Amino acid sequence: MINELLGISAIYFLTLVLALPLGHYLARVFKGEKNLLDFLQPVENGIFRLSGIDARREMSWQQHLVALLTINLVWFLLAMLVLSTQGSLPLNPDQNPSMSPDLAFNTAISFLVNCNLQHYSGESGLSYLSQLVVITFLQFVSAATGIAAAVVVFNALQTRATDKLGNFYNYFLKSLTRLLLPGSLLVALLLAFNGTPMTLQGKQELVTLQGDSVAVSRGPVAAMVAIKELGTNGGGFYGANSAHPLENPNYLTNAVENIALVIIPMAMVFALGFYLNRRKLALMIFGVMTVGFVVLLAPTVYYELQGNPAISHLGVNQELGALEGKEMRFGAAASAYWSITNTVISCGSVNSMHDSFMPLSGLTQMLGMMTNAFYGGCGVGLLNFFAYLIIAVFIAGLMVGRTPELLGKKIEAREMKIAILVTLLHPLLILAGTALTAHLYASNPQEYAGWLANPGYHGFSEMLYEFTSASANNGSGFEGLGDNTPWWNISTGVVLLLSRFLPIIGPVAIAGLLARKKYVPESAGTLPADTATFGVMVMAVIVIIAALAFFPALALGPLAEHFSLY
Amino acid sequence: MKQHLLPAFRLTLVLLVVCCLIYPALVWAGAQLAPNSGQGETISHRGRVVGYDNVGQKFTRPEYFWSRPSAVDYNSAGSAGSNKGPSNPEYQATVQACLDTFLLQNPGVSKAQVPAELLTASGSGLDPHLSPAGAAVQVARVARARQLDAARVQALVAQHTQHSLLGPDRVNVLRLNVALDERSGH
Repeated sequence: MINELLGISAIYFLTLVLALPLGHYLARVFKGEKNLLDFLQPVENGIFRLSGIDARREMSWQQHLVALLTINLVWFLLAMLVLSTQGSLPLNPDQNPSMSPDLAFNTAISFLVNCNLQHYSGESGLSYLSQLVVITFLQFVSAATGIAAAVVVFNALQTRATDKLGNFYNYFLKSLTRLLLPGSLLVALLLAFNGTPMTLQGKQELVTLQGDSVAVSRGPVAAMVAIKELGTNGGGFYGANSAHPLENPNYLTNAVENIALVIIPMAMVFALGFYLNRRKLALMIFGVMTVGFVVLLAPTVYYELQGNPAISHLGVNQELGALEGKEMRFGAAASAYWSITNTVISCGSVNSMHDSFMPLSGLTQMLGMMTNAFYGGCGVGLLNFFAYLIIAVFIAGLMVGRTPELLGKKIEAREMKIAILVTLLHPLLILAGTALTAHLYASNPQEYAGWLANPGYHGFSEMLYEFTSASANNGSGFEGLGDNTPWWNISTGVVLLLSRFLPIIGPVAIAGLLARKKYVPESAGTLPADTATFGVMVMAVIVIIAALAFFPALALGPLAEHFSLY
Repeated sequence: MKQHLLPAFRLTLVLLVVCCLIYPALVWAGAQLAPNSGQGETISHRGRVVGYDNVGQKFTRPEYFWSRPSAVDYNSAGSAGSNKGPSNPEYQATVQACLDTFLLQNPGVSKAQVPAELLTASGSGLDPHLSPAGAAVQVARVARARQLDAARVQALVAQHTQHSLLGPDRVNVLRLNVALDERSGH
């Protein structure tokens, strides 16, 4: 057990050690200062020329959002087109069929919004063309979209009063060329050298040692898995995602993939500090995020290492912890660690099946997605945190009777309204979606019998988890849920769209409004936002919003299951 | 929006070439230097490929070490876990039945010796490994079926146990079984 705990500590500290210089590098990239990959400048200029884009044109926050939404619309149409015709397109050696319209809709949206709610299984549901042109492509560009939006906010939080917040295409392309593409190349090669396939050949038929005929699924896996983690998308090549021994062959690849998915969200926090030259602020944000992360991680590791009490009662040897849905090469601790990193960060890849985790681990996984701001997804995690920050500044300001200010800009009613709407949207979508679905199920359990894989409280958790995952743009699931039905495809598709774009639009708008305001230099009358005291305040806001809104639903699902099992 | 539509469209086309053609081609080229040219490592026995190093297989005969239970019955054209919740009574009955069967097929083994991994399905359904305890508990049965000395089989297990500083220790079931076959001249 000790070396399992050592393993996850090593993974965390290695991530931290790598994220710090990466944050410094990213700040330089986005400020346009000299950096390591400047030799790519001619390539980027070439791409802009071919696309007819003037990357030097400064944009207002509204123009940023229009550019962002327009290009996302183009990607959506492209994805729909390919998915619903893949059966008759090339690069389909296993002859997988085209998707039904509702499944294509759900899949296209899911990857467009950097989620990976996969209501299909990769081996039989997608052609290699779709894996590359839809899945891999969207994993790159959706991550770059999130990062670009976060950089707009960085830019807006500087001390000057302005309308001009840089160029969207410039931020977007640099996220790809300076970060995601080279990073993915590195990770993909590491995977390929550890046994992850990278080929366009179809399944390999072979006869096993014992004499059974099987077909082993292959494909361009390494290239896709690298960006799946680095871009915090999480959508697996295979149905079992990173639990699949070809997608994640050993403990080393598990560590590499796990570091890859945490590193950008973490580095973005440091990048904020370097970019604005406010390191203490970044430290405060990082501190709050880390405390939240550890509070969710510790009980999960504990309960998974303890094992399932129902199995302990059988009198068998459960020294290695709860192993249902887990792989022997990772063990219970690394599986628990992975599940929490993937839920606090809206990545949603899995190396073990969340449906079979202990009830309180399911609860911490859901809480990770309900708060959605402890590190959070590529770029968007910081945007979610920014909304909490605005609320905390406002409440703290009122409590001590000072004008609420953040970084020398006054927070007024308009910014406050946007921040509140964005943070309350999340519980609304999750709870209304779950309530509606539970009502449907309860009114006709025979008709919807295929939905739930487990009875009782756990069945309720399966539905709650699915909407939480959709609204957090996470994509992991309690996969026992029979979710490839029109109801699930369409309802979660709509939730995905709303919960991606409104939380991007809101914080960018707030930042844009703040950027225009006059800078008031900090004085003795200013409430400092970069102290530990203020960190406690932000944490309180997050806890109150998440706990108050979600506690009743969590009590009905995982909490009730816990008390029935222990 | 109109002024952004055409650049968006053109940028998308260029990026499709970069992300879906150039990037995978670079990875593919690099992977050519990897073991088995980036097609996944395979294991051969008596001149034929009997499986992938990393993809678990089903073993049912007593003379082989058995892999863990699998939700997809080790059909490697797919992959999945059981997704059974810990409190599900039907699941608990399955585990109990699995334990009873195992004890019946491995006479002389006591309940407390059976590690939980032999009663629980893996996440992928293709888990290639067992813990050392999961192999040890099968040694007596395998030795009896092959008319080998149990100590020799146990030594083979020890030889195939991969220790690591950070993760759990494990045994690759297919590699172990291939080694067994080589020893007994199958």
